Amino acid sequence: MKKLMMSSAVLALCATSALAEEVRVYNWSDYIDEALLEKFEEETGIDLIYDVFDSNEVLETKMLAGGSGYDVVVPSGTFLQRQISAGAFQELDASKLPNLSNMWDTVEERTAQYDPNNAYSINYMWGTTGIGANLNKVQEILGADAPIGSLNLIFDPASMEKLAECGVHFLDAPTEMIPAALKYIGEDPDSHDPDVIAKVEPVLAAIRPYVQKFHSSEYINALANGDICVAFGWSGDILQARDRAAEADNGVEIVYNAPSEGALMWFDQMAIPADAPNPEGAHVFLNFIMDAQNMADASNYVYYANGNKASQPLLEEDVIGDPAIYPDAATLANLYTTTPYPAKVQRVVTRLWTKIKSGT
Amino acid sequence: MQRLALIAVPYAWLLALFLIPFVIVFKISLSDIALAIPPYTPTLKDGFGPFFSALDFENFAFLASDDLYWRAYVSSLRIALVSTFLTLLVGYPIAYAMARAPEEWRPTLMMLVILPFWTSFLIRVYAWMGILSQEGFLNQFLLWTGVISTPLTILNTNTAVYIGIIYTYVPFMILPIFAALDRLDGSLIEAAEDLGCSRFQAFWLVTIPLSKNGIIAGSFLVFIPALGEFVIPSLLGGSGTLMIGKVLWEEFFNNRDWPVASAVAVILLLILIIPIILFQRNQQRQAEDEA
Repeated sequence: MKKLMMSSAVLALCATSALAEEVRVYNWSDYIDEALLEKFEEETGIDLIYDVFDSNEVLETKMLAGGSGYDVVVPSGTFLQRQISAGAFQELDASKLPNLSNMWDTVEERTAQYDPNNAYSINYMWGTTGIGANLNKVQEILGADAPIGSLNLIFDPASMEKLAECGVHFLDAPTEMIPAALKYIGEDPDSHDPDVIAKVEPVLAAIRPYVQKFHSSEYINALANGDICVAFGWSGDILQARDRAAEADNGVEIVYNAPSEGALMWFDQMAIPADAPNPEGAHVFLNFIMDAQNMADASNYVYYANGNKASQPLLEEDVIGDPAIYPDAATLANLYTTTPYPAKVQRVVTRLWTKIKSGT
Repeated sequence: MQRLALIAVPYAWLLALFLIPFVIVFKISLSDIALAIPPYTPTLKDGFGPFFSALDFENFAFLASDDLYWRAYVSSLRIALVSTFLTLLVGYPIAYAMARAPEEWRPTLMMLVILPFWTSFLIRVYAWMGILSQEGFLNQFLLWTGVISTPLTILNTNTAVYIGIIYTYVPFMILPIFAALDRLDGSLIEAAEDLGCSRFQAFWLVTIPLSKNGIIAGSFLVFIPALGEFVIPSLLGGSGTLMIGKVLWEEFFNNRDWPVASAVAVILLLILIIPIILFQRNQQRQAEDEA
C-alpha cells in the first residue's frame, strides 16, 4: 500500500513536467528503497515512473499482450526465458552499461541458464523460497523442537493441523509450491513429467484444509502483525516482515529458514521490452542500478541478496553476514533451480493447483 | 430522418462498446495458444484464407471435458443469487424507511446512500479486510464485549465474500426500490386499511406489489455484476471460493491461455444474456405501463 502511494506520488511529480524525458519501470512490490528513485531523478534529470506488481503472471500477460509502455521490467528466471523466446525483449547494449563490470560471476553463471550470455538481462536480486515462522507462537503450539527449518513443518499434516489455529499462508505460485512439494517427497523438483508432478496432489490435498490463504504478497503484513504464524514465501519478504514486526515492537518475532531438504533459488532479472518507448533511458536506469553503492542501498533496504559483486563491501553486516540472505557454501550447494514448463505441462500444473486450492 | 439519427446513437454505442469487443473475444476463443506476441494464433497477419480455416471450437469442447468450469459457473450463480437475495433483505427496509422519512430529509438520506461511492471501490474492499481479519475491528470489539472468547475466522471465507458483495451493491438495490416507493400513492394504503387490512397485510398486498419493478431492477443491478465479480472474492474470499471471475483470471494469467479464457468469457456472457433480456423486457413493459 505504501508502495502504491509512493508510485502515485512519483506519478504526480512527473505529470508536472510532461515534456521532460521519462523512464517507466515495472518492478515487484516492496522491492526497492524509495530514496533510490528520487536519487535517480536528481542524478539524471530523467523522470521516473515506478509501478509495481506482485506476480510473474501479471507481468507476463502484459509482456505477451505487447505495448505495455514500460522501459524496464523485472521477470524471474523461468519467466524471462519464456518471454525471450516469445520475442518480448531487446538485447542489451553493453557499451551503454559500463557498470556491468560490477556484476558477480557466480550469479551470472546461474542466470545464463535462463538468458544465455546474459544478453537480455541483468540480475537485480536473488533469493530463496522458504519458511517464515512466528517463533513464539509456533513453539507454543508444536513445542520447543518445532521443525521450523524443515519442509516437515508445512507438508506434514500432523503439524499443519495444529498450526492451522494460528494461521498458515502459502504462495499462490504453483511454480514455487510444486517444486517444494516434489522435494519433500524426494522427487526431482524440476520434473516436467506430468505423472511425477501428479504425485504432489495427495501431499498438498492432505494439508490443504489447514492453509488459510494462498497469496503472494499479503503474508508480509500478516506475519508482521501476528495474524498468521507460518508463511511459505520469498526470503526477503519474510525478512521484511521480521523488521516490520521489530519496528512495531509488537512482540512478534519472525524467523526465516531455507528448508534443510533443499530450497528453490530464484533470480529476478531486469530487462528492456522489445517495444520500450525509451530504451536509451532504460539503459541509463540499468546502469544506475548496477552502481555498487545504489545496489548496496537497495539490498540493505529489502534484505535480498544481489548479483553485484562490487556492492558487497558496502552491504551492512546484517545483510551480507546473514546466511538466510547470503547463504554459506554448504547451503548454496543445497539450493536448486527450475526451468520453464512447456505449455501442455503448464496446463497440467495450473489445473492441479486450482484443484488443490479449490478442492475441485 | 431525425428519428433515424436518434435511434442510431444507442445502436452505435452498442456496436462500438459491445459487439466489436465481443467479436474480438469470440475470435480469440476459436484460436490456438502460441508462444508469441500476442499469445495466440492465427492473427490477421496470416492472411484471410488461413486465418479462417485455422479457427475451430476446440476450446469449447475442452471446457466441457473438465468439470472445473461447470462447478465454477454453478458456484458463481449460487453466490450471486444468494447475495442478491440478502442484498434485497438489507436494502428493502432502508429504501422503505427513506421513502417514509419526512420530505425534507430525503435528499440527505439519498446523499448518504451515494456517499460511499466517493471513495474508491478497491479501498473500501481493503477496509473490510481490516474489519474482518483475526486481529480486526470486529473481532476486537466482540472480544471486548465478551460475546466471543476466541477470534472468529471471517476473512478468507465465503461469508466475507457475501458481506463484501452486499456492502458494495446495496446502493444499487436501494435506489430503484426507493424510486418505486417514493412514487407510491399513500392514499392506496389508507384505502387498504379502511377496507380492513392490517398494517402488515397492507404492506404485503399493496406496497410490495407496487414496488415490484424497483425490486426487479435492483435485483438485476446486483445479480449481473455479482456473477462475474473478481475483486471481492480474490481479496475477501478464501482459496476455497470458486468463482468464474477467478477461473477466468487463472486461464488468462497462470496458463497464458487466452483462447480458453475467451471461451470461458463467451459462455459467461451467454449465461448473462438471459437475465439481461428479461431485465430489458421488464423495463420495456414498465415504460409502456407508464405511457
